Amino acid sequence: MDDLITALGAEFVQLSLTPIVIGILAAVACALPGNFLLLRRQALIGDAISHVVLPGIVGAFLVTGAIDAFPMMIGAGCAAIVAVILIEIIKRLGRVEPGAAMGLVFTTLFAVGVLFLEITDTSSVHIDVQHALLGNLESLIWFDADGWQSLLDPAALATLPPQLPRLALVLLGIVLFIALFWKELKISTFDAAFADAIGIHTRLLGFALVVATAIAAVAAFDAVGSIIVIAMFVCPPAAARLMTNQLSRQISWSVAFAVISAILGYVFAGYGPGWFGSPYAVSAAGMIATISGLILLLTCMFGPQRKRIGQGAEA
Amino acid sequence: MSNAELIAEAGKIVDVAGKDAPLTVRGLTVSYGNKPAVFSIDASIPAGSMTAIIGPNGAGKSTFLKGTLGVVPRLSGEVRIFGKPFAEARDRVAYVPQRASVDWDFPARVIDVVLMGLYKSVGLFRFWRSRHREQAMECLERVGMADFSTRQIGQLSGGQQQRVFLARALAQNAEFYLLDEPFAGVDAATERAIVAVLKDLKAEGRTVVCVHHDLSTVAEYFDRVLLINVRRIAEGPVDTTFTAANLQETYGGRLATTHIDELRLA
Repeated sequence: MDDLITALGAEFVQLSLTPIVIGILAAVACALPGNFLLLRRQALIGDAISHVVLPGIVGAFLVTGAIDAFPMMIGAGCAAIVAVILIEIIKRLGRVEPGAAMGLVFTTLFAVGVLFLEITDTSSVHIDVQHALLGNLESLIWFDADGWQSLLDPAALATLPPQLPRLALVLLGIVLFIALFWKELKISTFDAAFADAIGIHTRLLGFALVVATAIAAVAAFDAVGSIIVIAMFVCPPAAARLMTNQLSRQISWSVAFAVISAILGYVFAGYGPGWFGSPYAVSAAGMIATISGLILLLTCMFGPQRKRIGQGAEA
Repeated sequence: MSNAELIAEAGKIVDVAGKDAPLTVRGLTVSYGNKPAVFSIDASIPAGSMTAIIGPNGAGKSTFLKGTLGVVPRLSGEVRIFGKPFAEARDRVAYVPQRASVDWDFPARVIDVVLMGLYKSVGLFRFWRSRHREQAMECLERVGMADFSTRQIGQLSGGQQQRVFLARALAQNAEFYLLDEPFAGVDAATERAIVAVLKDLKAEGRTVVCVHHDLSTVAEYFDRVLLINVRRIAEGPVDTTFTAANLQETYGGRLATTHIDELRLA
């Protein structure tokens, strides 16, 4: 018991609370739009956007010459929009399937980003492929906290890592978007032609969903790297789909899975290796993504709705 | 034909059904890529009629429906629904897409799909409420699917899925129903149930248009036909328009004359 109190004491608040909360916010912000992307067979677009964030960030650095979150997020956002437009153009002109168009665009743009990094003088600053992929969740600590009471101390709260309020704001925006346009998102995802006929602006809504995805990806990328972003767009929604046959419940499940992945992933990454006698910790981002994959594996084996296809015959 | 004659001709088409007819189409052209799927189609559907749109595969029957409703962009042509542009008459129209056009593995129960038909009566930024659920249940009752309301839609047979689509259209409480192949791949019991509901709609003074491909049931189910094969071939009452000559022209000789004779006798 004493161990637990120490474990959740001042040191926990200072070193672990903010990374865990940021991990949860990032995971949920990505999992929410991921539900709709998955059902629209656009899951790859999350993948595409989180990759093109790299050239966007490098581009922003080359323009401004400084590591500053705001221009980098703008740059990433612009790259995401460029990628979405390129995907549309390739789909229409090349008449290829959407998945191929997305794959083409994001691998190419990611490669351009890596090239940019190599040929320009960015080696002195902390952007590298490793950081882009795995982020640096463990470094987002709350220096000025000296226990739970700091949560009530405005001076200490002002020193929270900026990623935390930023991600909270992004998550709030995404929750509002889904809540306000719930009917429209649901109807147009299920039956776009019907949605068009009853006056839902399906193209605009589809674009808004991609923009929400891009905002989530960019905000989360900064804190946790693209591995989590990619995993969270797909794994929690896919696992949630195997738990229920109702969209609202699927979304609740996906949030639960995202939260569980973030917490367990962080704890296992920090303490797990110690249980096996290793003095090192492993990457929290990598572990969170791994946990979400394990949850998907478990739901594939035991999820109540995993045998949906083929049940039509007995009806 | 001179311009004056063309205008007169177009005027006649409008006159058949009247100015405020459920549907008046002039010169509708829709194209996917370079080849037009439907080319310069004129049509007018009178109120209270039940019309079958007939033509071979790839003749543009579905595209015609989608073009009139703006689901696919029009290259040219004018469409009037009850004398107005579609955007202004949207709430008076119910559209039932082809059953195969949606993914039935979508996480929804039967009632969730029917509730989508009540979209307009729920209002922006609001959620479905119990009174909407009651209305949806009434619509399911009318198509004989009330017992399946909590069933996952992917677990239904094709005929049951089609009935759910029809219930969603009933929930829209429209005056003009456009159905894309409502009898495709359904069992005989469902076909009878759907026809009965459509005839009820007609009896209530509503207008029904179906894309239909079973020529043997045209005379039994419908009172008007619109024959198209990219272009409009003929349009009018079944008695005078559903003729061997018109069918021959529509299907371009792909139907044997003896087959058509059988249809006429049936």
